[in-house]
Amino acid sequence: MEALELARWQFGITTVYHFVLVPLTIGLSMLVAIMQTAWVRTGNEKWLRLTKFYGKLLLINFALGVATGIVQEFQFGMNWSEYSRFVGDVFGAPLAMEALLAFFLESTFLGLWIFGWDRLPKKVHLATVWAFSIGSLLSAYFIIAANSWMQHPVGAEYNPETGRAEMNDIGAVLTNNTTLVAFPHVIATAFLVAGTFVAGIAVYWMVRRHREDAAHQDLSMYRTAARFGAVVMLLAGVAVIITGDIQAKLMFKQQPIKMAAAEGLVDTEQPAPFSLLAIGNLAGDDPSSVKHILEIPGLTSYLATGDWNAEVTGLDDLQEQYAERYGATTPDGEEIEYRPNLAVTYWTFRLMIGLAAFSAALALAILWFTRKKGVVTQGWMKTLALVSLPMPFLAASFGWIFTEMGRQPFVVAPNPTGSDQVMLMTLFGYSTSVSAGEVLTSMITFTLVYATLAVFWFRLMQRYAVEGAPVVEEPVVRKDDDQSPLSFAY
Amino acid sequence: MELADFWFILIAVLWTGYLVLEGFDFGVGMLMPIIGRSNKGRRVVLNTIGPVWDGNEVWLLTAGGATFAAFPEWYATMFSGFYLPLLLILVALIVRAVAIEYRGKINDQTWRTRWDYVIIGSAWVPSILWGVAFANLVRGVNLDADHQYVGNFFDLLSPFALLGGLVTLAIFLSHGAIFLSLKTDGEIRERAEAFARKASVAAIVVAGVWAVWAQLAYSRNTWTWGAVVLAAVALVGAWLATVKGRFGFAFVANAVAIVGAVVLIFGSMYPNVMPAIDPANSLTVDNASSTDYTLTVMTWVAVVMTPIVLLYQAWTYWVFRKRLSMEHIPEHSELTFFPKRKTNA
Repeated sequence: MEALELARWQFGITTVYHFVLVPLTIGLSMLVAIMQTAWVRTGNEKWLRLTKFYGKLLLINFALGVATGIVQEFQFGMNWSEYSRFVGDVFGAPLAMEALLAFFLESTFLGLWIFGWDRLPKKVHLATVWAFSIGSLLSAYFIIAANSWMQHPVGAEYNPETGRAEMNDIGAVLTNNTTLVAFPHVIATAFLVAGTFVAGIAVYWMVRRHREDAAHQDLSMYRTAARFGAVVMLLAGVAVIITGDIQAKLMFKQQPIKMAAAEGLVDTEQPAPFSLLAIGNLAGDDPSSVKHILEIPGLTSYLATGDWNAEVTGLDDLQEQYAERYGATTPDGEEIEYRPNLAVTYWTFRLMIGLAAFSAALALAILWFTRKKGVVTQGWMKTLALVSLPMPFLAASFGWIFTEMGRQPFVVAPNPTGSDQVMLMTLFGYSTSVSAGEVLTSMITFTLVYATLAVFWFRLMQRYAVEGAPVVEEPVVRKDDDQSPLSFAY
Repeated sequence: MELADFWFILIAVLWTGYLVLEGFDFGVGMLMPIIGRSNKGRRVVLNTIGPVWDGNEVWLLTAGGATFAAFPEWYATMFSGFYLPLLLILVALIVRAVAIEYRGKINDQTWRTRWDYVIIGSAWVPSILWGVAFANLVRGVNLDADHQYVGNFFDLLSPFALLGGLVTLAIFLSHGAIFLSLKTDGEIRERAEAFARKASVAAIVVAGVWAVWAQLAYSRNTWTWGAVVLAAVALVGAWLATVKGRFGFAFVANAVAIVGAVVLIFGSMYPNVMPAIDPANSLTVDNASSTDYTLTVMTWVAVVMTPIVLLYQAWTYWVFRKRLSMEHIPEHSELTFFPKRKTNA
């Protein structure tokens, strides 16, 4: 493989790995903050136990999230130096802001939260977990603003003298309409992930405890957690659908070829149906072989425009339009394929939507079984809970793979209503001074290190989840000359 | 002063913050077995940085992000050019973050010992490699007319660069020992103080030789002699303070020495940000920087946010100001790798 392909694979591996962990941190940090707030306000011990229980899982997850996030700050320069030269004037700004406004907040206040239980007054300690959570939200905002600029560049112009994109409006970059819909979509997903996580583990424990002892005192605590998680899931699920719909309509305008690929829409159609199942050579060079065997008439038209009968342009026509506008061949004379990988975009789009449905089923079942002070006792609910746990993680990852792969062959996709020069093909973005052998070395290293760490991450998450909510003591603020052991230390 | 010059200084400030703060984190990591010894002692040592190490590391991410925003060409050339050393540093930082957090999560001596190796090793590697990287910046690297790095990995391992690695190593070791002298009590403190007295001498020797070498052979400015003198005086001051048992003073002196070193490194390059062996190909403050518009925006962000960050980080150090000793370390939680069978008695 060439350095370019290897660099793409490495970016994909490191980024997907990182972004699997991130939604749980974002969502769970706020759910834990809410739990701790409930404890501070009501004094009810069950909220303290839940805070400590899910808080510990949050920390195990966050550690690996931080570790894998470090690479992100550096690999644009390491592997995508030509991209960095082209976009740095614009793209570097949200990245630097993320570090200054978000990373410091997150990391510093997390340390205060972990070690501060017996050093800070109750309310100050509560504020630290909120600061941590807000830090993670801010971080998401800036990185999505950066990513949205790659999907839909605004606030910048091309400078032919320097050969790079230069920022002329930071306000436009930070309030890009792509960002304004992508951010709530990503955050809603994070809450879906975290809600499923909280509820799934709580259901597991409710069923288990009930078997051991139908009157166990923990039952009411896990019931609270399960219902809390279920409500979060439902609210987040509705938000995911609404924001996803708005985002899709916007994307049909901003990156029509990505959405045509998502729908497997080879030819322009009016009205365009939504394909549920397609066969044929989605990946190959013969899109005409694609056959849709299960379709909902007019749905794609509706998703794209809000009109069931609208015309939607297909891939082949778009290919011609793009070739005419952005060039038919590379400087080397090779024909440019503007259609993204059809199989990847088509299936990741469907998996993203389909897998999220598990959370909906789990949430409704929980609310049904726990109505009127009921507890979940069914063995199959435990199975459903455990099967549903990883699903929103996967859905979120497929969503990212869809939107990033769907942007190809561009790394910075052109804005149809902006400058045609502010765009960059992935092919011209990688580091030419880094050899294929070096990229292969780093790719193998990262993959092995990540795989090893994933084993420990999974084992610890599972181990602490299976241990259940700990018995806790009310935290007391230490006196300065106290020589007794701390309540927590590494 | 041009905005680009201001950003060159600001990036130097961010690196100073990183080296001063993470410098003692790395020192503490390397000294864990030497000063901590037993499991409990190691935990005393590790917990001195427990609440703060993660926030300290953000200085690096900020320096990286600021370089990207303010000097995209520098960011692109440096990070792609120093590819393999950076890979090693990144791997060390990755496993270190996980090791610190996971070490105490399972009550098992083998588990702890293995993560200890990771914590120790991942402190040694960047402690040496950061010095190697900075020395290469001072020395100048092989860039072509497009500002692409055209040297290879072994070009980065010149004697001057390797000595640079020893400089950061020696300074971080003495910095970590001085930090432990301030943050611990009892036998750990005694061992830390004794180590600090020796390590600070080593730091004077290694850093002194390297600084004079850097100034004579590579500095583009005579005024950086001032930084050499500042660093030297501060290092000697740090050593004298350790001998007198004034560790607060020693810590400040060591921090001043790091400031001196960063001024020397950045000052010796200026007006380059990344000097090339052929000076015509050097990346300079002018040809590597972002537009004035971007720099203006980022200046506002930095001027407003940096003091706020400093304020709440300083507060963290205040909250965790108490010295730690063996008595403060709680028992490990009972959680073992495999759940114990519960009896339904």
